[in-house]
Amino acid sequence: MCLAIPAKVTEIVGVDAMVDILGNVRPTKLSLVDDVSVGDYVLIHAGYAIQKLEAQDALETLALFEEMGAALNEDTLA
Amino acid sequence: MKTRSPDEFLQTIHTLAVKIGRRVRLMEVCGTHTTAIARAGLRSTLPESIELVSGPGCPVCVTAQREIERMLLLARRSNVIICTFGDMIRVPGVDSSLEQERSRGADIRVVYSPDDAMHIAEEKTEKEIVFLAVGFETTAPGIAATVLEAVEKKIKNFSLFVSHKLITPAMEAVLHGGASIDGFITPGHVSVVLGSNEFTPLAEKFTIPCVATGFEPSDVLEGIAMLLEAIAEKRCGSFIQYVRAVKPDGNPRAREILFRVYEITDAEWRGLGIIPQSGLRLKKEFSSLDAIERFSLPQIPPVELSDCLCGDVLKGNIHPNECPLFGQACTPRTPVGPCMVSSEGACAARYKYGG
Ligand code: SF4
Repeated sequence: MCLAIPAKVTEIVGVDAMVDILGNVRPTKLSLVDDVSVGDYVLIHAGYAIQKLEAQDALETLALFEEMGAALNEDTLA
Repeated sequence: MKTRSPDEFLQTIHTLAVKIGRRVRLMEVCGTHTTAIARAGLRSTLPESIELVSGPGCPVCVTAQREIERMLLLARRSNVIICTFGDMIRVPGVDSSLEQERSRGADIRVVYSPDDAMHIAEEKTEKEIVFLAVGFETTAPGIAATVLEAVEKKIKNFSLFVSHKLITPAMEAVLHGGASIDGFITPGHVSVVLGSNEFTPLAEKFTIPCVATGFEPSDVLEGIAMLLEAIAEKRCGSFIQYVRAVKPDGNPRAREILFRVYEITDAEWRGLGIIPQSGLRLKKEFSSLDAIERFSLPQIPPVELSDCLCGDVLKGNIHPNECPLFGQACTPRTPVGPCMVSSEGACAARYKYGG
């Protein structure tokens, strides 16, 4: 249940953001992280960004993730 | 830059195992690690002397049976909609489950985020929406933020059934319980919030290493290699393998929001009993959002599921396949206990992937 996945922020309105997770666009809350801008990567858990990530680190995790052939589903996201 | 090849980490692990020259037991306390280790079949690649054991890291699994029974009482109220993360709904109660209550007409919805539950409350103003607030320090801050938003928006028909757990006191309870553990693979995403510093006092008190580890096979192998290196050099402390996301101080903002809403309290765990200061409850100023108070839910006496050895699995005393029901009476289709229900439960992971 403590899965979290890197996502790229595509839109921000207050603490509400849209993020791109492996090509899927989802709403996310930014209330737990500071100074996030459009284009930044964040780590998403249960609808909330829990950490800002360096782009290189996010891409590395995503690459490892895809290597595993992990399918994106509700289970992965929660 | 460090190499990330799983084979090289494995080679290091085998060399270190020889150097250490005795049996080593490493415990993971995160359901996501349990699944990752089983899915990648890592156990069979390790030297025989290195044993990986699952601890109390699956939030659904560690929820005490009487908490489950109280959730079922709530679900039977006609004006209540229960919102929950998915794994909870199949957990067996003594004579029912949320899934069974749903088939009898209860309104129970699986949500991805606490925020989704709050939106249902905004839409269904004639109903009471209760969110089952289960999870460790990774999950609690987001739920706390939802509570703050619900208060700000003056949403009156939203409340929480709080059953959060804190991981560090449980790790300590496992060690106090006498389980022989030489090192902890500490949960990566709990560490994102808490920071690796959180585990330093425990590491020093019990003179063992802890390594905050990521979730890909190469992450887990590197984490194990780091633990073995520390054991070989007789070093204790809290270290970070998952540098991509974990900082020594974690995410202070998430913790600040968490403790604006919740305070630490004693909590009952499946298998481990009541552990002092190991859970969360809503602070007094938010007590109107406490479903237990709102619906005057009764205390119920302790209950145990007969024959299920989840408690021993969660303490690291036995591996799932040592339970006589494993794979016989108890399978993911006919789960007897929560460790077989949750996709992250140690029994389910072992059943699905073997090893
Ligand atoms: S195999 Fe089933 S009955 Fe045995 S401990 Fe696991 S969940 Fe409980």
